[in-house]
Amino acid sequence: MTIDTKNLTIRKAHEDLTSGKYTAVDLASAYLENIKKFDKDIHAYLEVYSDVIDQAKLADERIKEKKNITLLTGIPFSVKDNILVKGRIVSSASKMLENYHGTYDATVIKKLKEAGAVFLGRTNMDEFAMGGSTENSAFGPTHNPHDLERVPGGSSGGAVASVAGDMALVALGSDTGGSIRQPASFCGLVGLKPTYGAVSRYGLMAMGSSFDQIGPIAKNIDDAQIVFDFISGKDVMDSTTIEKPNLELKNKKLKIGIPKEAMKVEGLNPVVLKNFNEAVEKFKKLGYEVQEVSLPNIAYSLSVYYTLIPAEVSSNMARFDGVKYGLHKDGDNMVDDYFKTRQAGLGKEVVRRIILGTYVLSSGYYDAYYNKANIVRDLIREDFRKVFADVDLILIPTAPNPAFKIGEKISDPIALYLEDIFTVPANLAGVPAISIPSGFTDMNGKQLPLGIQLLSAHSNETALFKAGSDFEK
Amino acid sequence: MLEIKDIEKLAKLARIDLGEEQKKSYLKEIGAILNYVDQIKNAVSKLGEERKIPDLRNVARPDENPNQSGSNTETIVSEFPKKEGDYLKVKKIIEQ
Repeated sequence: MTIDTKNLTIRKAHEDLTSGKYTAVDLASAYLENIKKFDKDIHAYLEVYSDVIDQAKLADERIKEKKNITLLTGIPFSVKDNILVKGRIVSSASKMLENYHGTYDATVIKKLKEAGAVFLGRTNMDEFAMGGSTENSAFGPTHNPHDLERVPGGSSGGAVASVAGDMALVALGSDTGGSIRQPASFCGLVGLKPTYGAVSRYGLMAMGSSFDQIGPIAKNIDDAQIVFDFISGKDVMDSTTIEKPNLELKNKKLKIGIPKEAMKVEGLNPVVLKNFNEAVEKFKKLGYEVQEVSLPNIAYSLSVYYTLIPAEVSSNMARFDGVKYGLHKDGDNMVDDYFKTRQAGLGKEVVRRIILGTYVLSSGYYDAYYNKANIVRDLIREDFRKVFADVDLILIPTAPNPAFKIGEKISDPIALYLEDIFTVPANLAGVPAISIPSGFTDMNGKQLPLGIQLLSAHSNETALFKAGSDFEK
Repeated sequence: MLEIKDIEKLAKLARIDLGEEQKKSYLKEIGAILNYVDQIKNAVSKLGEERKIPDLRNVARPDENPNQSGSNTETIVSEFPKKEGDYLKVKKIIEQ
């Protein structure tokens, strides 16, 4: 039985599974076949699970007995390698955790297991989610399915490549400064960073705890919305979670704001700008009111982000000391064990951020950097609050450039950080944001995807889904 | 301006051994990043404000229904790099 995985959606697969057109085992086998065919060139997966067919059989039993069938029963997912699954290796693409097994299920995994989802494997990423190209993986880079010489974006690069390469129907990623949205735009997919607190992070390896969110990566808005509905909600195991919001839209006709400061960003590729302006015209034609808005402090976003993130990273990475779990290297004494273990286990970008974070948190510089960055973060939040009193949505590009070449920016950390210019503001303010495919650009005969990004007020994911689905029609 | 000895101090605080080449490249890169993020000083000097205390709310959950004693022991102990029985084994901390 051949299944057209390329044009498959969650609803279509659900319809086929429940009408008996094919089984969950057939569906999982089709994806395993694709992985076998394509993943040696793409390297989206760090591990394909050995029990995929057994998981699919359990889903088939549920479908056969017509018991507890959900929209996700039998749906094949890939999981980013920083989300814990009990008993399976979860490495965050780091040597530090190469042989570490998850000791419990993350809340999102628990919810998806209850829904009957099938997990195909764990996907490659930048080590501990630090990076924007998946080149910082300790296990080699992932290649963009649209052009194998280019990066898929990051840090959820393996997650997006798994979906873009038809090696999973949908993926779970995590987004601290754009790690779902930027790779989604590089690979022509939908990527949602939910409101801070909308999805439980219990079982997500912490990078920047005041920023991190788990979200779906999918081929269309509807798939992303379905997964979001399953994984969101308050969780006693994550004290930052909030109740599910009221999903009704306040305004029938949505107003879009374009921040004038964002359009003046240095290094915005003319190809991206042209594509963005076409998207604006499309929204106007769809009946959306578009107006200019102002986010006066948005220019400081990257500076604030790359001050606060290293600070949080240096604290969160302190747990990797070779004592309780993970890699252990022997030194001359107890303390020397830490030095040897951390040198052997942590990659270049991780160490760079730990050292920078140690600096901005040190007593002499705390006020100059960490404290100031927090004050400016409050200002940026306030800017967003004011704008969302006036408009329902903000529209900006997702990334200033299309996917770049593997190796092109790896030796220049600042060049890589600048790629995050349009994605970090949503994480700083905690508002939800979604990247939507907006077309392609021709680059030396290869069609490279482009994306636009919509942001809305806290807990107003509904506005993102509404505008997103209008746009993709 | 950062110097090599600053990088050495920070690496010591962070408990990471660094090679000489690494120290040099981190000195250069971290210097460049600090140079870039220095912009925030301009943003704040315009304001000179102190950080506002955010609205606080209590998010503590009730301390009840603990796990049954020992129910996770095996799972967790199996991840210990060094162990003796169910004990985590580490080197002696106090020196003679």
